[in-house]
Amino acid sequence: MPEVTVNWYIALAALLFIIGTMGVLVRRNALIIYMSIELMLNAANLAFVALARHLGDLDGQIFVFFVMTVAAAEVAVGLALIVTIFRTKASINIDTINTMKG
Amino acid sequence: MGNLIVFIIIAAFALLGAVGTVTSRNAIYSALFLVLNMAMLAVFYVLLNAPFIAMVQVAVYAGAIMVLFVFAIMLLGAERLPGMLPNRPQVVVALVLGLVILGLLVFSLFTAPLPAGDIEAIDAGPVAVGMTLFERYVLPLEVTSILLLVAMIGVVVFRARTRQRREDA
Repeated sequence: MPEVTVNWYIALAALLFIIGTMGVLVRRNALIIYMSIELMLNAANLAFVALARHLGDLDGQIFVFFVMTVAAAEVAVGLALIVTIFRTKASINIDTINTMKG
Repeated sequence: MGNLIVFIIIAAFALLGAVGTVTSRNAIYSALFLVLNMAMLAVFYVLLNAPFIAMVQVAVYAGAIMVLFVFAIMLLGAERLPGMLPNRPQVVVALVLGLVILGLLVFSLFTAPLPAGDIEAIDAGPVAVGMTLFERYVLPLEVTSILLLVAMIGVVVFRARTRQRREDA
């Protein structure tokens, strides 16, 4: 049985990243697009951790830690934006949100 | 880096979670599929000698961030909003572009060989991660704390201003 190498993990991370990209491109619901962005961040994290294991270096794991912090901040601000947009436009379909003026 | 069968089973569940997130009609189902995906990634982190990151993944991502998402979905009643169906030409173009990017990534993965790695797993427990974080990454850590503070203040100011504008109107 072949050994699982770092390439398998990076290929999986690439697949997850592409699925997230598809979600951003295809879906119209702003919340689902947000979740797809989280999916892409998670895929990048997986590549970081796999390479940290491959190279025997902790720096990759530290980067994942920072990515998670930035993702948490991003989700808090983004969901506040989405809730406010929903209150004013009664929709979170991104095709209807094409003006900056509220 | 783990048994092949274990890898394939967990990878299949992670991909199922990812595809489910993107394709679900109901936003709550999307959120639950995303939790599945994140839990599977936490298992991968354990296999990849990153127990601290695995715990942070479960607590922060599958815990805090997903609670925020579910809360927002419930608050908006957005689980079944109409008009969310994708239009077909856009799906085709997205599929083609996605496959192109995937091909490029896999191509670069197999043509640019990675440097030979260590076979030995290093100590990556919470103590080792904490020591690295506070010895070599003190400044980024402080910047991160400022980022979180700014995000929090931003959300509070944002909501306060929206409320005030609604009272004026």
